[in-house]
Amino acid sequence: MGTATRADAVPVWHRRRVRIYDREAPLGYLLLVPTLVILGIFLLYPFLFGIWLSITDSELGNVGNFIGLGNYRFEFRNTDGVFYEAVVNTFLYTGVTTIFKLGLGLVMALLLNQVFPFRRFVRAALLLPYIIPTVLSYEAWRWMFDPTFSVINWLLVNTHLVHYPGPNWLGVPANAMAALMIVNVWRGTPFYAIAFLAGMQVIPLDLYEAARVDGASRWQSFTSITIPLLRPVLLVVLLLSTILTFADFQGPFVLTNGAPYNSTQLLSIWAYQWGIPGGAIGLGAAISLVLFPLLTVVVAIVLFMLRRPE
Amino acid sequence: MAMQSSTRSGQPAVLGPRVRKPRNGRAIGDRFVGRAIRIYIPLLALLAVTLFPFYWMAITSFKSASELFDFSVSPLWVREPTLFWYQDLLTKTNFPHWAFNTALVAIVSTLISLFCSVLAGYSLARLRYRGADSIGWGIFVTYLVPPTLLFLPLTFVIRELHLFNNLWSLILTYPTFLIPFCTWMLMGFFKGIPRELEEAALVDGATRIQAMLRIAIPLAVPGILAAALFAFTLSWNEFLYSLIFLNDSLVKTIPVGVTQELIHGDEFFWGELMAAALLGSVPVAVLYSFFVDYFVAGMTAGAVKG
Repeated sequence: MGTATRADAVPVWHRRRVRIYDREAPLGYLLLVPTLVILGIFLLYPFLFGIWLSITDSELGNVGNFIGLGNYRFEFRNTDGVFYEAVVNTFLYTGVTTIFKLGLGLVMALLLNQVFPFRRFVRAALLLPYIIPTVLSYEAWRWMFDPTFSVINWLLVNTHLVHYPGPNWLGVPANAMAALMIVNVWRGTPFYAIAFLAGMQVIPLDLYEAARVDGASRWQSFTSITIPLLRPVLLVVLLLSTILTFADFQGPFVLTNGAPYNSTQLLSIWAYQWGIPGGAIGLGAAISLVLFPLLTVVVAIVLFMLRRPE
Repeated sequence: MAMQSSTRSGQPAVLGPRVRKPRNGRAIGDRFVGRAIRIYIPLLALLAVTLFPFYWMAITSFKSASELFDFSVSPLWVREPTLFWYQDLLTKTNFPHWAFNTALVAIVSTLISLFCSVLAGYSLARLRYRGADSIGWGIFVTYLVPPTLLFLPLTFVIRELHLFNNLWSLILTYPTFLIPFCTWMLMGFFKGIPRELEEAALVDGATRIQAMLRIAIPLAVPGILAAALFAFTLSWNEFLYSLIFLNDSLVKTIPVGVTQELIHGDEFFWGELMAAALLGSVPVAVLYSFFVDYFVAGMTAGAVKG
């Protein structure tokens, strides 16, 4: 009865697993090296450096001197309230568009989950707005919102929904914000839809059949099977989408660039305007860094709303 | 075109697996009306809203300068189609350069990101070592640091590396937003491959690296394709970094070139702009029409299992 027999008593796979565990660590870290190098140089370092920049009077091309919280003080107090306007707009823009994208995305996913002819084609077509480069499709929308030759207004006037000449989309504060939101919803909905569709397709059909046998209506099986089982997907999609919308730059930059009168000013655009054309990198960094705690709050809200039910 | 055909040929759908049998002997016609209200009409409405901007983009690009601003007759059709704007775009602007640059940057940064995220995704999903979970979370948390937060400090990094007006500035910075997404997606795929397959190879004497290269990675090819597709589109779409790091017209990418150089002051050359937008969209659209299933599969793996 030596050690050999005792070792044999342990199942082979178990022995291996213990040994593999020890041996996997070096390879595990090794495989992460390229990722960590790139993220370290071009993400972590600039992020930390950005915090430093925000407390200096740096300008485009040269790192300035430490000035404490001067940039933040200027941003909060000396910009005629544009800062607060930008914060409110950023929240409003994210909140309103997220609600619409969520609702429309669910509807779109439910529709795409049905059986109908040319399904593949329709699915690809509905995905298009999400795939086509944002800047390019936003240019098309800008042309559609043209102050004098707006095809949207032409359609609205000719279907007698509004009186000639129709709303000035990008020239009036409330309209410009609405336009920005409409286009964001147009572009973002397919992402929600395709994620929800992916989630729906892994829900076992037996559940629906069992519910039907028990006499559940379509609506009941939607609310008590589809929605609860979509929760993990919902969480991921909402997180990604709120973060990206909150920090959205390219769409709003092309469509309104904060105009008219800062009514569509977002933190991202305002940071760019101060930092690059304005040359005040320190101040720009201070503005964009405000996004970080706010984003954390938004993420916390999403996580709280979608927390696992007790 | 397809909109009409989908209403007309509603019948074959009845053969689909998820359609209920008629309850209480309701007539077939009834069911079709129900389906039309429930499915076809909302679908057509969604399709119309989704596709109209592209239709408008396309039709504008074929209109002559005078027709562009003539709304006295319906603007929804072209009366005298012309290729004038395309000719202008391809011969009198730097658009061909921008297209080449965009493609080059997208391909190289996609390859770099794939290399990194296949290895990282495999490591985080498959290997057991201390800290794997926290590093996985760490990579996910980088989403909280979007380009909007990084572009200003990055100008200094790019200057230090002497990469201004150089496509490498984009090739090296795009992976910061591509790698986290691809890694997250690939982790889902790797988790879906049964562990036993690799363990069998190990028992047969393969090394850990061989098991990864010969078993896990080949099985994850659909996931890698999906990740490649996402990465390529995101790179093609990128705007902020290329807006800031590139000033010389010849090194610009399509989004930046189009927004900066086809608009002269307050004058908008909509025909030319829309022609550029259409040409700039075609490559990604074509890619998608071929690989849309991988795209959905990628979402499934990432969102459902991730």
